[in-house]
Amino acid sequence: MEKAKKRQFGIIATIVLAAVIVLGLMWATATATKNEEHKDTLERVERLGRIVWGVKADTRLFGLMDTKTGISQGFDIDIARALTVQISKQTGVPMSAEFVPVSSSSKMQLLKNTNIDGSVSTMTITPEREKIIDFTDQYFDAGQSILVRKNSGIKNIRDMNSSKYTIIVVVGTTAATELAKFAPKAKMLAVQDYATGMQALKSGQGQAMSTDNAILYGFATENPEYHIAGNAFTHGPYGIAFDNNQGPMIKQTNRALKTIKENGIYNQLIKKWFSDVPGLDWHSLEVK
Amino acid sequence: MVTLGIFSAFTPQNVLYLLGGLGITVGVSIISVILSLIFGSIVGIIQFERLPYFSKFVGTINNVIRNLPLLLIIFFVYFALPKIGIHLPIFWATVIAMSTFESAMLAEIVRGGLESVDIGQFEGARANGLSNMQTMIYIILPQAYKKMIPPIISQLISLVKDTSLAMGIVLSEMTYRGQIVYAQNSTYIIPVLIAITLVYFLLNYGLSLIARWADHKLA
Amino acid sequence: MALLQNNFPTFLQGFGYTLLSSIIALIGSMILGTGFAIMQIVPQKWIQKIGNIYVQVFRNIPLLIITFFFFLVVSKYIKMSGFTSGTVALMLYTSAFIAETVRAGILAVNTGQMEGARANGLSFAQAMRYIVLPQAFRISLPSLGNQFINLVKNSSILAFVGGLDLMYQGNMIAANTFDTFSTYIIVAIFYLILTLPLSYYIQHLERKLKRAA
Repeated sequence: MEKAKKRQFGIIATIVLAAVIVLGLMWATATATKNEEHKDTLERVERLGRIVWGVKADTRLFGLMDTKTGISQGFDIDIARALTVQISKQTGVPMSAEFVPVSSSSKMQLLKNTNIDGSVSTMTITPEREKIIDFTDQYFDAGQSILVRKNSGIKNIRDMNSSKYTIIVVVGTTAATELAKFAPKAKMLAVQDYATGMQALKSGQGQAMSTDNAILYGFATENPEYHIAGNAFTHGPYGIAFDNNQGPMIKQTNRALKTIKENGIYNQLIKKWFSDVPGLDWHSLEVK
Repeated sequence: MVTLGIFSAFTPQNVLYLLGGLGITVGVSIISVILSLIFGSIVGIIQFERLPYFSKFVGTINNVIRNLPLLLIIFFVYFALPKIGIHLPIFWATVIAMSTFESAMLAEIVRGGLESVDIGQFEGARANGLSNMQTMIYIILPQAYKKMIPPIISQLISLVKDTSLAMGIVLSEMTYRGQIVYAQNSTYIIPVLIAITLVYFLLNYGLSLIARWADHKLA
Repeated sequence: MALLQNNFPTFLQGFGYTLLSSIIALIGSMILGTGFAIMQIVPQKWIQKIGNIYVQVFRNIPLLIITFFFFLVVSKYIKMSGFTSGTVALMLYTSAFIAETVRAGILAVNTGQMEGARANGLSFAQAMRYIVLPQAFRISLPSLGNQFINLVKNSSILAFVGGLDLMYQGNMIAANTFDTFSTYIIVAIFYLILTLPLSYYIQHLERKLKRAA
C-alpha cells in the first residue's frame, strides 16, 4: 500500500477519534457547568418541585428495600417524607419526595454529584465530614456498639481487644475509624454493605459486627441468636446531610425538623419503628 | 431452613425485582458493547496503520487501560471524576467505565484481526482501482470482522459478567438486587445466589453457543 | 504526594496481598486448568463431559458471585477468610480459562506426534507428559500470559470481601481522606507495575512466535 494513502487513512481515523473525544469533553463540561448552575440546593428543589433523598436499602428499621415498590421503608424514609411535607409548607412550594438507594461508601459522592439533594441515611455527624458536606441538627441519637452471638461470652468491646478476634465493619462508616481507638489489637474486616456484613458474621468471618447500636438493633430483631453486647462506646448522633455551603436548605430543614419534633410527628415515627425492638428502651429516643 | 427459603424467597414481587435487575444488567452490557465496538475499531485501526508517533501514543494509552482492573476504572469514573468537574449519573458512569475498558480490549482484537488479513488483498484491491479507504471498508474490514465475531462475543460475555462489579457503586443491577433480597431474610442467601448464577449462566452460555455457531459457520 | 507518603505502608501491604493472591491463584489454576484440559481430551466420553461442564459453568458466571459463594456460604462449613475465599474463587474461575487455552494448545500440536509416541510404546499419560504438553504450553504461552494479567486484574475482587488487597486498601484510604482522585491514580500505578511489563513481554513473545511461524 502506498505510504501517502495509508497516512491519509490514518489521519481521517485520527480526526474522527479527536472529534469524538472533543465532543465527549464538551458534553462533560456542559454537564459540569449545569451542575454548577444549580449550586443552590434549595433553589433547585423548589424549581423542580421534588427533593431527591438518598436513603439506605440494606438497613432494617432505617431503610430496607421493599422489593414490591422498589422504595426503601424505614424511619429515615418516613422522616424524609415528613420533612418534605413540612418544607413545602414553609416555602409555599409543593414538593414531592423521591428516594434513591445509597450505600455507606457512595453517599458522600452522590451528594457531591448532585445525584441526590440530601441524605437521610444513618449518617453520623463528624468533623471530618463537615469539612466537605453540611449537616443539619441531629435527628437521631446513636452510638457505636457490637453485635455478637449470644453464647460467645463477649460482654463488651474491651473483651475484643485481642488479635484472635475479627470485627466486621462497613467501608465508609465511622465504625471503621473508631475501632482503632477502642480495640486496637482486634483485626478489622471491612465489607461493602450491611447485608454482606451480617452474612459474614453468620458464616463466622468475624466474631462481632460493629456499627451504630440503632442499626444493630435491626439485625438483633431479625436474628434472635445474636444480641448487642455492652453499652454504646461512642456517641455519634445522626444528621441529615447536604452538599457544602447549603445555608438556605439547612435552615429550612432545621426549621422543619424542629416543627415535626414539636408537633408529635417525630415521636409517632419513633414509636412506629422502634417500639417492637426487643431490649431497646424506645421511650429514651422520644423527644420530651 | 434452606427449603423454607426456596419457597418464600421467590415471591412474585422479589422475582419481578430481580428481573428488573437483569434488565439493567443487559442494558448496560448492550450499550457498552456497541460503544466499545465503535471506539475499539477506531483505536485498533489507528494502531494497525502504524502512523508516526500517533499510533504509538494511542497504543500506549490503550495498553495502560487494558492493564488496569475494571473495578478500579468503575470506582475512578464514579468517585474520582467528579473531583475534576465531571459528574455522571450512575447508569452512565457504569456504561462509560465499561466501554472504556472494553474498547481497549476490543482494539487489540481488531488490530489482531486486521493483521491476520492477507497483505495480498490490499494490493489486489488497489490494483483494481479501489482507493485506500474503499479497500479498508469494502474488502479488509468485513473479512477482519468475520474472524473477530467469536472473540467479540466472548467480550460481550465478559461484559455481562462484569456488570456485577458495578454493585460496588450501588448500580441496581441483578447481583445488587439479589443482595437486597437476601437482606430481607438471611435464609434466602443460598436460593438467591443459585438463581442468579443460573440466570447468568443461561444468558452467557447462550451467547457462547452463538459464538461457536458463528465460528463454525464462518470457518 | 503527601497522600502516598502518609499511606505508603498501607499501599505496600495491599500490593503484597494482591501479589500473593495472584501467585497462589496462578499456581492453583495452572494445575487445575491443565487437569481439566486433559480431561477434555482423553478418549473416555464421560470424563470429557465432566471437564466440559466444569469449564462452561465457571466461564459463564461472574467471579463476584463465586467469591460471595465462598465468603458467605461455604465459610459456614469450612472456615476461610475473605482473602482465602477470594483467592480460591479466583483460582477456580481462572482455571476454566486456562483449561480452554491449554486445550487449544494441545489440539494445535500435530496429532501425528501423539500417535508416533504411542507407537513407540509410550502410554497416553507418558506421551501427554513428555511429548504433547511441553509443546502445547509453548504454543499457548502468550495466551497464558494474558490469562495471568487478567488474573492480577481480577484479584481486585478481593475488595468486596475484605481481602486486604490493593483495591481494598485504596477504597479504605479514599473513604478516610476523601481524596478519591489521587488515591485511585496511585492504586492504578501499583497495578500497572505488575501488569504492564508482563503485557509488553507478551506482545514481544507474540511477535517472535509470528516471525518464527
